[in-house]
Amino acid sequence: MLGVALAVAANRRLRGIKVFQTIFASTVASSVAVASVIFLVLVNPQIGFFGDVRFLSLAHTDSALRGVALSAVWANLGLTFIIVLAGLQAVPEEIDEAAALDGYGPLRKLFRITLPLISPTLLFLVVVLVIFGFQAFGQIEILTGGGPARSTETLVYKIFNRQQPLDQGEGAVMALGLFGITLVVSLLQIRLLERRVHYGS
Amino acid sequence: MAADAPRSRWSQAGWYAVLTGLSVVVLFPIYMTLVRALSTPATYFQEGRPLHPVDVQWDVFSRAFSDGDLGTKALTSAVVTALIVGGQLATSIVAAYAFAFLEFPGRRLLFAAFMATLMLPIEVTLLANVQTMRDLGWLNSYQGLAAPFLATAFGTFLLRQGFLGIPRDLRDAATLDGFGHLAFLRRVALPVTRPVVAAFTVVSFLAAWNQYTWPRAVVTEGRWETIQIGLRSLSAATVDQGNIGLAAALLAALPVFALLIFLQRHLIRGLTAGAVKG
Repeated sequence: MLGVALAVAANRRLRGIKVFQTIFASTVASSVAVASVIFLVLVNPQIGFFGDVRFLSLAHTDSALRGVALSAVWANLGLTFIIVLAGLQAVPEEIDEAAALDGYGPLRKLFRITLPLISPTLLFLVVVLVIFGFQAFGQIEILTGGGPARSTETLVYKIFNRQQPLDQGEGAVMALGLFGITLVVSLLQIRLLERRVHYGS
Repeated sequence: MAADAPRSRWSQAGWYAVLTGLSVVVLFPIYMTLVRALSTPATYFQEGRPLHPVDVQWDVFSRAFSDGDLGTKALTSAVVTALIVGGQLATSIVAAYAFAFLEFPGRRLLFAAFMATLMLPIEVTLLANVQTMRDLGWLNSYQGLAAPFLATAFGTFLLRQGFLGIPRDLRDAATLDGFGHLAFLRRVALPVTRPVVAAFTVVSFLAAWNQYTWPRAVVTEGRWETIQIGLRSLSAATVDQGNIGLAAALLAALPVFALLIFLQRHLIRGLTAGAVKG
């Protein structure tokens, strides 16, 4: 959502817009590890700037996942921005002009025309970002180590820790489960959202 | 129109304000990292975690190399990234060429099988692949770090699409000139699809340099750590030595950041391939 907002804001002709576009895209340069280390500074209970903010606290089972999620949101912001912006720039200018002639205000234009036009792009993003979520590993390992009390263990994290010969069978089952879940969730999303997606002709 | 002008100037100023505000939100985590990397940890806490650096130590970046052994890790990452990017280019180009220009039995089926591997993330095959590496004795080695990524369906697909865009006339002309496959590939197909190849190279570099899960799995000795894995061990010593880990994180992101600034066009083209139609 934030990525979409950034792209909508940055898709206009202004002097210096390139600088803002580079800033918004910049988090694409940060890897999972870099983003996690950066967010240690922000949400870690001992050293974090927001370490005292209970809502994001990594030290409590009910909020730790939110803290981890925040780092993932930030890390994926750049990618989301780049893809949405590309989608927006593919929208022909005549459509903009036609909407203005029809007396559409900026907000109405955004929700009734622009967003529906880029809906295939948004669908792609939703599916891909959800898959990223299921595959989360690095941010969990660096930020929380799966804790506290295993509240932030993801499937990949569990799989990763089953490398001992005796655990590998269990790990393999989980891996297949991961594949199955990702596949089913992706297909469901495409099914449910496809009806609302406008592919044009 | 004249009446419009002042209002649009105001709206322009408004947009600049919005964009600046958003930039602050996006950049804040990076800024705080810089603040903390430059501050002496103990003093910083005494001062109550301010928004500006305290007791600035500029040598923290060089200490990331001396104390954190960042140079070795960066070199490992560079070698592995070079192997992966080079390998992916080589395999993708010839595979894409075959799928685009050659007629051979089972081509469609083989291509479908290629594409199916796109759906299989490395996380699913992780345990099996790590076991293979262990059996080969490739844990803690360049080949172990790079081998699973030497071929890619994504690159093959991207380049195939590029090759298919080459006009028929051009191919016919090349055939008339007596170009063989290799000559056609080198002197026509690759030059014509240069933007696609460049976009793929940049994205491949980004992915290879930034990857975490696989190197974490096949590296068990500190001296084989890639830079990304190194960040974890550096940040593990967090509380009093944390500034070195943070400086290292900023340094690790630098090459990719340079990529973003200097090759933005290619990067964006590569990242958006497949996402946007038209």
